[in-house]
Amino acid sequence: MSLAKRIIPCLDVDQGRVVKGVNFVGIRDAGDPVEIARRYNDAGADEITFLDITASHEQRDTTYRTVEQIASQVFIPLTVGGGVRAVSDIRRLLNAGADKVSINTAAIFNPDLVRESADRFGSQCIVVAMDVKSLNDGTGRYELFTHGGRKETGIEAIAWAKKMAALGAGEILLTSMDRDGTKDGYDLSITRAISDAVDIPVIASGGVGTLDHLVDGFIKGGADAVLAASIFHFGTYTVAEAKDYLAQSGIAVRH
Amino acid sequence: MTRTVAVIDYGMGNLHSVESAVRQAGATAVTVTSDRDAILAADSIIFPGVGAIRDCIDEFRRLGCDETLRLAISRGTPVLAICVGMQSLMTHSEENDGVDCLDWVDGLVTRFPMPHCDTDGKKLKVPHMGWNQVVQTQSHPLWDGIADAAYFYFVHSYYLPASDSGAVVGTFDYGVQGSAAVAKNNVFATQFHPEKSHDNGIKLLSNFLTWDGTC
Repeated sequence: MSLAKRIIPCLDVDQGRVVKGVNFVGIRDAGDPVEIARRYNDAGADEITFLDITASHEQRDTTYRTVEQIASQVFIPLTVGGGVRAVSDIRRLLNAGADKVSINTAAIFNPDLVRESADRFGSQCIVVAMDVKSLNDGTGRYELFTHGGRKETGIEAIAWAKKMAALGAGEILLTSMDRDGTKDGYDLSITRAISDAVDIPVIASGGVGTLDHLVDGFIKGGADAVLAASIFHFGTYTVAEAKDYLAQSGIAVRH
Repeated sequence: MTRTVAVIDYGMGNLHSVESAVRQAGATAVTVTSDRDAILAADSIIFPGVGAIRDCIDEFRRLGCDETLRLAISRGTPVLAICVGMQSLMTHSEENDGVDCLDWVDGLVTRFPMPHCDTDGKKLKVPHMGWNQVVQTQSHPLWDGIADAAYFYFVHSYYLPASDSGAVVGTFDYGVQGSAAVAKNNVFATQFHPEKSHDNGIKLLSNFLTWDGTC
């Protein structure tokens, strides 16, 4: 008896359409986030994360409608992130059917948003997303970056994770910008360091290319959940294959 | 199935998700409402809850939902309370520096220990977030067709110790033995979220819709 380790497919959505490509066999519309979310729900995914990468604020209404549609057809937890700036954004996403809201850049410019929203809505629905890069300066130091890894913030990653947990974050979504898109595997060193440093769950993200990478994320990285996009989107592996492999490796999964 | 369901709306939580899941489970008419007459007219009532317990209880009382629910329970209407809804039914919660709850079921809601470890000394994260197995410690109509030790989705930082209440019908193991579900007469309450627990959750909601409130 134990808490299962979670597998979380991630949809990057721009103006109501999934981008980064999804290539399910037999799917009617490869860009429709509602249909893709429903597929993952049926396939045994433990949660779904929806990242709204829409640049313009005017398009946000599309996001709320999409979240409503997903929430009405998907009966597993749904995390929504991207462009969350204010408590009112969080309230609107939760009302639309999100179970958790992921805060990224706004937490850097306004850490109090994390405290305020955790107080108001409960820590369980506040995820802090951290995009980190190794400084590669021999110190082992990792820092937070914004704008897809282009802008440095000077903020050290482990101390930041502790601060976010202390402010009331319920979970950390940790993405390695060095590994994202490489298929070289999660950055296990920073994943382990942050998982050990905080008492809240940590989701590993960025770089998964094989099922062994998922195993490593849990066992070596100490992650509580793993996020993956392309390995599932392109049908390289199904969620069921991933879970079977994890179970064979001695990791508790929901089946 | 033609049962009508009222989901109590007191401004907290994932009402949309609960409504969708109840429809998926077969309900034909679902009303999300705080209106006394609408709640009392329903065949079944759901008391959802997400967020901090003090805010939940304050709003619930401010809208008069506590008296409405008390009346519905006394009339024998089947009631399902979820997560903070379940905790709200208990005597007291340690959350928010201590909150007196509605006290319909005996029990004290407490924080997971900090730091929290399993029996091997391995660190356990809080919130207890994710899919855990529910051991059915007492038979109940709402468990019909659901395997013992089936997975349900939990997300919470406070819990009701399994030893703390005679009403416990299901438990989870997370370093401590916690109450996954309690039942008393026509009230069934879950710490987990059936509306987020995929097939097992939909099955439990479907059982609830056909339940007459007796055991």
